[in-house]
Amino acid sequence: MNPGSLTTAGLAALVFVPAGLGTLLLLAGRRADRAAGPVALIASVLVVALAVLTAATGPDLSMPFIGMVEGGDFAVAVDGLSAVLIITVALVAAMVVLFAVVDLPRHAPRARFFGYLLLFTAAMLVTVTATTVPALLVAWEVMGATSYTLIGYWWNVPGKMAAGTKAFVTTRAGDIGLYVAAGAALAGTGTLAMDDLAAADGGWKHVAAAGILLAALGKSAQLPFSAWLSAAMEGPSPVSALLHSATMVAAGVYLLLRTQPLLESTGWSAETAAWVGAVTALVLGAVAAAQKDLKQLLAASTGAQIGFVVLAAGVGTTAGGTAQLVAHAGVKAGLFIAAGAWLSALGTKQLTGLRGAARRYRGIGAAGVIATVALAGVPPLSLWVTKDEVLAGVEGAPLHIVSLAAAGLAAVYAGKILIIILARPETAVGLDAEEPGTRTVPRPAAAAAAVLAVATIVLGALALHPVAEAAKVVLDAEGQPSPGWAGFLISGLLAVSVLVGTIALRSRLGGLERTPLARWAGLGHLLSASPWLAAGRAVTVIDERVIDRGVLAFAATVRRGAVVIGQADHRVIDGAVRTIGSATRRAGAAMRRPQTGLVHQYYLQAAIGFGALFLLLIVVR
Amino acid sequence: MLLSVVIFLPVVAAGMLLAFPALSNRAASWLWVIVAAIDLALIVGMWAGFASNSAAAPSGIVDGIAYEVKIRWIPTVDASYHVGVDGLSLPLIAVTAVLFLAAAIWSLREQKRPRSYAALFLFLQTASIGTFAALDLILFFVFFDLSIVGMYFVIAGWGHGNRRRSALKFFIYTFVGSLALLVGFIGLFLGSENRTFDMVALAANPPLIDSPLAAGLVLLAICIGLAVKTPLFPFHTWLPDAHTDAPAAGSAILAGVLLKLGTYGFVRIAMPMLPDAWQRWAMIIVIAGVVSVLWGAFTALAQTDVKRMIAYTSVNHMGYILLGLGAAGLVAQADEQARAIAVTGAMVQMVSHALLTGSLFLLTGVLFSRGGTYAFDRWGGLARPAPIFAAALGVAAFGSLGLPGLSAFIAEFQIFTGSLQAAPVATVIAVTGIVITAGLFLVALQRLLSGKTQVPNPAEEPANRATNGRHAGVVSPAEPTETGQQPARRDRNVTTAVDDDTVSQATFKDLHGRELVATVPLLVLSIMIGLFPRPLLDVIEPAAAALSSLAGR
Repeated sequence: MNPGSLTTAGLAALVFVPAGLGTLLLLAGRRADRAAGPVALIASVLVVALAVLTAATGPDLSMPFIGMVEGGDFAVAVDGLSAVLIITVALVAAMVVLFAVVDLPRHAPRARFFGYLLLFTAAMLVTVTATTVPALLVAWEVMGATSYTLIGYWWNVPGKMAAGTKAFVTTRAGDIGLYVAAGAALAGTGTLAMDDLAAADGGWKHVAAAGILLAALGKSAQLPFSAWLSAAMEGPSPVSALLHSATMVAAGVYLLLRTQPLLESTGWSAETAAWVGAVTALVLGAVAAAQKDLKQLLAASTGAQIGFVVLAAGVGTTAGGTAQLVAHAGVKAGLFIAAGAWLSALGTKQLTGLRGAARRYRGIGAAGVIATVALAGVPPLSLWVTKDEVLAGVEGAPLHIVSLAAAGLAAVYAGKILIIILARPETAVGLDAEEPGTRTVPRPAAAAAAVLAVATIVLGALALHPVAEAAKVVLDAEGQPSPGWAGFLISGLLAVSVLVGTIALRSRLGGLERTPLARWAGLGHLLSASPWLAAGRAVTVIDERVIDRGVLAFAATVRRGAVVIGQADHRVIDGAVRTIGSATRRAGAAMRRPQTGLVHQYYLQAAIGFGALFLLLIVVR
Repeated sequence: MLLSVVIFLPVVAAGMLLAFPALSNRAASWLWVIVAAIDLALIVGMWAGFASNSAAAPSGIVDGIAYEVKIRWIPTVDASYHVGVDGLSLPLIAVTAVLFLAAAIWSLREQKRPRSYAALFLFLQTASIGTFAALDLILFFVFFDLSIVGMYFVIAGWGHGNRRRSALKFFIYTFVGSLALLVGFIGLFLGSENRTFDMVALAANPPLIDSPLAAGLVLLAICIGLAVKTPLFPFHTWLPDAHTDAPAAGSAILAGVLLKLGTYGFVRIAMPMLPDAWQRWAMIIVIAGVVSVLWGAFTALAQTDVKRMIAYTSVNHMGYILLGLGAAGLVAQADEQARAIAVTGAMVQMVSHALLTGSLFLLTGVLFSRGGTYAFDRWGGLARPAPIFAAALGVAAFGSLGLPGLSAFIAEFQIFTGSLQAAPVATVIAVTGIVITAGLFLVALQRLLSGKTQVPNPAEEPANRATNGRHAGVVSPAEPTETGQQPARRDRNVTTAVDDDTVSQATFKDLHGRELVATVPLLVLSIMIGLFPRPLLDVIEPAAAALSSLAGR
């Protein structure tokens, strides 16, 4: 076997190991519950190894699928962007699996959980390596469906499945865009290859860009689709840690980074992306600052932080966007693991109950604090650098101001977390509000959070010019703008001062929780199903009262017509027949009268008859 | 010869069932299964032979027809017993045999006159396969109408609820439709140069080329006839009633096979024989498709009865087929390649819908056999006592909403991608249908599977249903009394409303035995097509390409 085919096999294994093992776990069902954790751990370690291998070698792989046109196959390949993302996905997934093994209750149906988790991971890995539209769409939608099953994992608890439904239907509404983009790709390029998209002819390019933008905004929970993030918090903590970091929301922005040349070539779509990203960062930042529930706060901040990646795709700093995506994945996975561990230990995710959480459990507390400080954008941690890398490409004062304001808000909500978790622990206030806590944080959970915290510190190295340039080479993004020392200084100072200000003015923060921002600024109403249900009911009424009644009325009319015709048949036609019959009978009776039997009368009749014939003869002649 | 055996084997077996009354009921049911299995095996053999030949041979419709037989029948009008298969009919014949086998297995425990039931289904199988294989309009029409007769007796004799009324509605509606079809066929005959009913000859040398008005009217007659059968908006209202009151196996055949007779008529008759008219009126066809997509989806969304909901989703799925076929007629707007993809998608959709909706209807049959009702609000929490049922229903629902990995995705992806160039606005509107179907299937899963476990008592249901009549399935604000009475009735009927696993397991038996054997293979086939579509596409693609070029003449 030559090295090329070996790495191709590695890429195949990268996808099929999690997909295959996940499917096996699902088929085995509860019989595999005991084995599920270890199987998932082994699978995720293998995935990390395979991800590193394939990232280093950059293979590609193609399998026959829909066919018919070029790009109709199921093809994946690893380039710089994909390499960075598969490693990120693999690492975060491994940490999440490690956390889930200790966090899920002992009696839980683990095979189902890890089965779907592995399938979900495989789908994300395909999403970030797909080179054809069919492959992308398959992975994209399978990811959506498995996220539904993961969010609704505790299906027997009321509301959980509904939350999954909301997430799936919302992201699928965005997926319409991807179907349309596929059609536009075929129409505009004659192929379904991803790379050809930017070369689509004429109007089709704009259709494709609009479709991709819609799909990405839906998946990444940008405005106006953001509210599914809130619903998705119904899922188990490990699911939140995975969905809101390196997968799902990441998939949308990955697609924008991947198709940035297409967006740029249309002009308007790049501009739209930039503004949607910035405004989402601002609005969801404010929403995050108003939350009382740690997981809801983190969910809103996910949308906000991912907004910066969307902004990056819009302004063309794809390297910065990728860095922001990776850095956020590490930070947010770590924070969700911490939040999940506290939820299990203290029985609550309400901020009031989490006072001093970081002091109670020092290991995971330290990791949580590092991640929170990074989230605030404080130097020298990862998100400080990456946000500046993104902002380096922003032109124009309005967009710049909005972005900086959004960055400032990050420090506000991060400060809010810090105030709570670093406070002096109060005994038994608000504990066990949602479930009975275990009062312990298992060591693997702390370890997983710690690994991610280390990554957060290490990624701060991107501030060093040579490191950043090397990253740009990997990402094929040489020549993209870099922030100068002034940019780093301004954003660092902004983050630190806002953070300090937030802590100083902490008594005022409660006011935010009484604003509509606390209820996600009404964004949930945008995703409400009621107008659709009302339309469905209206249509059904028409269906039954108008169309079906119309059919039945037509049938009834035909029937009435038949009755009329039947009567006509009886009276007119049959009447005529009967009239003729009785006339004949009367004629017959009349004809009997001459039959007298008297010869002289017969002679007379014959004479009259001959006379009549004679007359007729004369007349006719 | 082999094809004729495939067509007539079931009806011969049906005749034997009726001729030998000494056969026990159980033996009759098993004979049905065996005959259906043999028929399927023969078709698999045909497929193998077809696939190995078709690589080199021309594509279909006018040439490259395999297993062709032509025997003089009514020489004065050039009607003959002419049958054969190509890439359009073979997949449908195969899926027909699969569904009939599933129906046979499903009905192994049928209590009510099982011998006549088996004979009727075998008769229906001959009629269905015969329609797909027919290459003569008169023969097509005869088989087409026989299928209506057969299904009438299935619903009227073995249905439930308002079965006689629904069966009569089904019969009259589709029969009147078939008369429109006959008018169209006669028009084709009169318009043809050589005065023939032969479908191959008519497709090779399309009639009425020079008279657009006559061609348009003939197309109108044919389209109305097929639209009733398919069914398309606004000719669909027989469908929910027929489905709701049909037995599970009957519903599976009705949705899985008989609806395809309609869509198949479009590809086999309307498109190749009236290419000019098809192109002229293609936009109308596209619009009819899109309206059906949305109408079906929205009405399905509002249903409160599982079976009616699935019936309406059929209208939605059939709409996608018409979208693809209509787009294939928009020659000026789209290139050959895109149109061929749209037609391929439409053909795959026919196969896929048969498998997925067939399994969905069988699975709702499980509900009826356990609880005597399809009403959503009478059921709940079934994932607890019946995890296998829940999983199967989940797979079928996700398949039906077009999840990749199952067959419907392949179909819908091809239809959308292929149609966008020809009809961008219509296609974009149609794509929104996938969101509504996603919502309605997920809400259905949520209602049936999660929450408190509720299993209604079948003994008390039928009376309840009969009084509500056909409106039982729909919540309407105009009927406040019914909703007002709901809570009380629920309390009386619900035998189980508990969270505890141990108690509820006994009351709702999970999928087992024949139910599993009948449904799971349908889902497995759908997944196979979804993951490895090439074997199916290799058969369909050349014929679809030939069809789109014939329709583009």
